[in-house]
Amino acid sequence: MRIDRRLIKNFDWISFSLVTLLSVMGIMTIYSATRSPLPGGEMPSYYIKQLYWLLLSVAAMIAIVSFDYIWLKRFSYVLYGVGIFLLLLVLFHGRTGMGAQRWLNIGIFSFQPSEVFKLFYVITISRYLSETQGKVGLISLLKTFFLLAFVPVVMVIKQPDLGTAVILLLVLLSLISTKGFQKKAIALIILISLVSVPFIGNIMWEGLKDYQKNRLVAFLEPEVDPAGIGYHINQSKVAIGSGNFIGKGYLKGTQGPFRFLPEKHTDFIFAVFAEEWGFAGSAVLLLLYLSLILRGLDTARKAKDEFGSLLATGISFMFTIYFFINIGMTLGIMPVVGVPLPFMSYGGTSLLANFVAAGILISVRTRRFELFY
Amino acid sequence: MLAGYLIVALFFILAIRLWQLQILQGSEYRKLSEENRLRIIRIAAPRGIIYDRNSIALVKNTPYYTVSLNPQALGRVDIPYLAELLKIDRDYLTEKINEQQKRSLYEPIRLREGLSAKEIALIEARRSDFPGLAIEVDVSRDYLFGSVGAHLIGYLGKPNEFQSRNPDFRDVPSDAFIGQWGIERLFDRQLRGTPGERIIEVDALGRELRLLREKSAVRGEDMRLAMDIHLQKEAEESFGEKTGALVAMKPDSGEILAFVSKPSFDPNLFARGIKYRQWEELNQNRKLPLLNRALQSQYPPGSTFKIVTAIAAMEEGAIDTDTKATCNGGIAYGRWHFGCWRKTGHGTLSLHRALVESCDVYFYEAGKKLGIDKLASYAKELGLGRESGLEMVRERRGLIPDTKWKQEKRKQPWYLGETFNAAIGQGYVAVTPFQMAQMMSTVANGGYIYRPSLLMLGSKPEPIEKVNIKQETLDIVKKALFGVVNENGGTGWSAKSSMVSICGKTGTAQVVGLRKESKYLTEMQRDHAWFVAFAPYEAPEVALSVMVEHGGHGGAAAAPIAKRAIEAYMKSGIQAAGASQSMSPRTVPGSIGQNVQSAEDRNENRQTSH
Repeated sequence: MRIDRRLIKNFDWISFSLVTLLSVMGIMTIYSATRSPLPGGEMPSYYIKQLYWLLLSVAAMIAIVSFDYIWLKRFSYVLYGVGIFLLLLVLFHGRTGMGAQRWLNIGIFSFQPSEVFKLFYVITISRYLSETQGKVGLISLLKTFFLLAFVPVVMVIKQPDLGTAVILLLVLLSLISTKGFQKKAIALIILISLVSVPFIGNIMWEGLKDYQKNRLVAFLEPEVDPAGIGYHINQSKVAIGSGNFIGKGYLKGTQGPFRFLPEKHTDFIFAVFAEEWGFAGSAVLLLLYLSLILRGLDTARKAKDEFGSLLATGISFMFTIYFFINIGMTLGIMPVVGVPLPFMSYGGTSLLANFVAAGILISVRTRRFELFY
Repeated sequence: MLAGYLIVALFFILAIRLWQLQILQGSEYRKLSEENRLRIIRIAAPRGIIYDRNSIALVKNTPYYTVSLNPQALGRVDIPYLAELLKIDRDYLTEKINEQQKRSLYEPIRLREGLSAKEIALIEARRSDFPGLAIEVDVSRDYLFGSVGAHLIGYLGKPNEFQSRNPDFRDVPSDAFIGQWGIERLFDRQLRGTPGERIIEVDALGRELRLLREKSAVRGEDMRLAMDIHLQKEAEESFGEKTGALVAMKPDSGEILAFVSKPSFDPNLFARGIKYRQWEELNQNRKLPLLNRALQSQYPPGSTFKIVTAIAAMEEGAIDTDTKATCNGGIAYGRWHFGCWRKTGHGTLSLHRALVESCDVYFYEAGKKLGIDKLASYAKELGLGRESGLEMVRERRGLIPDTKWKQEKRKQPWYLGETFNAAIGQGYVAVTPFQMAQMMSTVANGGYIYRPSLLMLGSKPEPIEKVNIKQETLDIVKKALFGVVNENGGTGWSAKSSMVSICGKTGTAQVVGLRKESKYLTEMQRDHAWFVAFAPYEAPEVALSVMVEHGGHGGAAAAPIAKRAIEAYMKSGIQAAGASQSMSPRTVPGSIGQNVQSAEDRNENRQTSH
C-alpha cells in the first residue's frame, strides 16, 4: 500500500496534539498521585507503565490512520463478533477486581475487553445505520437495538459494569438521533421510557450488587455514611475544592499520595489534577477536551461519506459521555459508576482503545477529500 | 450543530460546578484538606509538684493513657479482636464507634481511658495489627499519701461543661485533667504549665509522615505548702474512725500547718477517672467525706469560747484577776436555772481557776457584767464569724450574735439568759474549726492576725491586723490556758505532754438542749468535743483547734488528738532542723512544763472534763 502525500498534508495535527498532550498530562498526574508521601520513599511504577502504553497507543493510532477507514466498515461484523467473544470470555474466565469481573489475563498483562468492545460497537452501529435509508423508523429502531445493543449491554451488566452499559445505550441513542428519528419512533421511545422506568428501576435496583446500591445512596446523600462510599465523593470534593483558583502546585497535592482519596490514579485522577492546578488548570483541561470533541463533531460534518460521519459522531459522543460521567462523578454531581477519564486515567486498555478511536477520527478527517476508487 | 451546543452546555455545567467547589467553597475545602493531612498532637506539660513545708513530695505525676482510633482506618479494623485487646464489650465498642462516626470524620474516637502501663504494653505489642490506633498520654496524679490531706491538696478531674467554656481554660484541651479541688484547683494556673504541641503530617491511615513544627511543653510551677505532712498524718491517724476537723497554724505567720477534715477520701479515685459508682458512693456516704468540715461546718464552740469571754471581760474592766465568783452548781435567773456542768459546784474561784476548771457560773457572772454586745465585738475582733479568705470552698461564716442581730433576724429583744448561754459558747454562737484555730493563733502571738496561707512563706509576713487587746490580758489568759493542761484539776489534762508545754482549752458543745449523761444519748445526740491549743507556752510555734463531732467531752475526745498532733509537729521540726542547724529552742520542753507534775491525782475530772 502506498502512502498518499495528501495523507501527510491533510493529517489532523490538532486532534493528534490534543490527545497526546492530554495523555502526557495524565502521566504527570499519575506520577503525582502515586508518589510516595515519605521523602525518599519507593516510587510505584504506574507512570512508567502508562508511558509504555502511550508509546504503543501512538503507534497503533498511526497504523489506524494509515489505513483507510473503509476497511473498518468491511470488517465491522467480524470485529463485532470478536468483541462479543471477548465479553463472553471475561464472563467465564475474567479476573475479578473491585467487586466486578472486568479483566482478562493475557500473559503478563491483563486488559478490559469492554474497553475494546465499545470501539467495535461504534463501528458496527455506524455501518448498520449507514446502510439504512432515511430516518430511523419504529421497526429499524427495535431491530438495531435487539440486533446490536441488547446482547452486549446484558453481558456488560452481568460483569457488572453499569457505567459501560449505560454508555453503550447512550452511544446507540446518540447515533440514531444523528441519523434522525421518525415521529413514531420518538413517540415509542418516550412511551417505553415512561412505562418502563418504574419497572426497570425496580428490576435494576434488585439486580444491583450491594456496592452499587451503596454508591447510588451515597450519591444522593453523601453525608449519610462519610466513612463508607460517600467517603469517595467527599474526599474527591475536598481534593478539588482545596485546589482553589491556582491550585496547590504540581507535586504539592496531598489528597492523592496521602491516600485520603481512593482510586486516585484511575477513576479519580481529575480530582488529583484539580487539587494541584486549581480552577485555572481545570478550566484549561476542560477546554482541551471540549476542543477535541468539537473537532470530532466538525470531522463528522466534513466526512466524505455517511459511515465516516456516523463513526466520527459516535466516537465524539463516546468521549463526551465518558468525560461527563467521569468528571461529574469526581465533582459529586453524578453517581460513582467507575468510568475512567479518557486519555488521563491509568489503564493500558483504555488508553489504547481511546487512541485507536482518536486515530479513526483523524483518519476520517484526513481522508475527507478522498474519493472512492 | 445542535449536538455541539448541547456539549458546550454540558461543559458549562461542569465549569460552574468547578467554580462552586474551588472558588465559592474553596477555603472551606482547603481547610478540610489540611485537617485531613495535619494532626496537632498535644504534649501534656508536666504538672508542678506539690511539696510539704519540709520539701517532702506529696504528689507524683503519672501518665494517663487513652487509646483512640482514627476513624479513617475503620474499614481496616477487626472490631471483635480490638474489643478483646482493649477488654471492652464488643457491642459497646461498635456502638461507640458508630456514634462518634456520625459526629466527625476526622476526630479520633476515644475508645478507652485510664489504662495501666501493663495494658498499654500489651496493646503496643499488637499495634501493627491495628492501623490508626493511637495511644495518647495525658498527665494525671498519684497522691502519695492517699487520703491524708485530701481536702487540702485536692485532686484533678476532667473539666465540666461550665469550666470548658471558661476563658481561663481556653488553652486546656477539653479532655485534659485540671485541678478540681483544694490546692490543685486554687493554684491550677501555676501548677498546670503550658502544653506543647507537635504538628505532624499524616496519611489516611494516621501514620506519621513528617514533623512540621514542635513546641515543647513548659513544666508547671512547683508549690511548697505550709502544711507539715508529719503533723497532718499524725493528726488524721489520731482521729481514728471519728469524724471532725483539725486546723493547725503557725501563730507568727498564719501558715497552715495541718488541715484535717475527717472522714477523708482517696483523691486517687478522681485522678484515675472516677467511676460513676464510686462517685455515688462518696456522695451518698452518711458521714459526708467530701464535706470540708474545717470550713464548711459550724458548731457551737462550747467552753473554748470562755477564752473570748475572759478577754472581753478583762479588757472592758468587768472583771480582773482578783474578781471571784462562787459556784454552787448553777445560778437562778428568773424562773430559769443555769447550771454549771459540775452539779456539785466549784466553790469560790478566781478567773485563773475558773478557766482551768472551766466553771460555767463564773462566766455567767462575767457575761452578765459585760453584756452581749461587748462580748460580740471582741469575738468578731478575734476573727470569729468571719470568712477565712482562703477561697478553698464555699465556707460557713459562723455566727456571733448580738442585740442588733437578734432584732434584725429574729425581731425579738435580747434576753439576759441568752447572754449566759453566749458567754459559755452555747446558744446562737457558731464557729468553724478554722476560725477557732485562728483565734488561738492570735491569742498565742500577742494579738496579731495574719492572713492565713496555704503556701509556705519565704519571709515573715506583716500581720494584717493588730487586735485591740492589752498584752497583759493575753498573758493572764495564756497562763490560765497553760493551767488547763498542766495544773491539778485542769480539764485539759489529757493533752499534757512531757515533750512540750501545751496550753489549751476544752470545749463540749451541746447538740441537744438537755443536759444528760452522754451514755444515755445516741451517737447523733452526743455533744461535740472541742480542744483549742497552742504550744510551746513560752514561744508558741503552733496553734490549733480540734473538733470531734459527737465526740462527747472535749478533754477526753479532742485533747489527746491535739497533743499527738503538736508532738508530731515538734518531732518533725527536729528532723527538719537536724540536718541544717542545732536544735531550735522550741524542741526543749519549757521550764514551766517541768514544774507541774503529778498526773496521778487528777481525780473525778477524768470522765467529765470540760
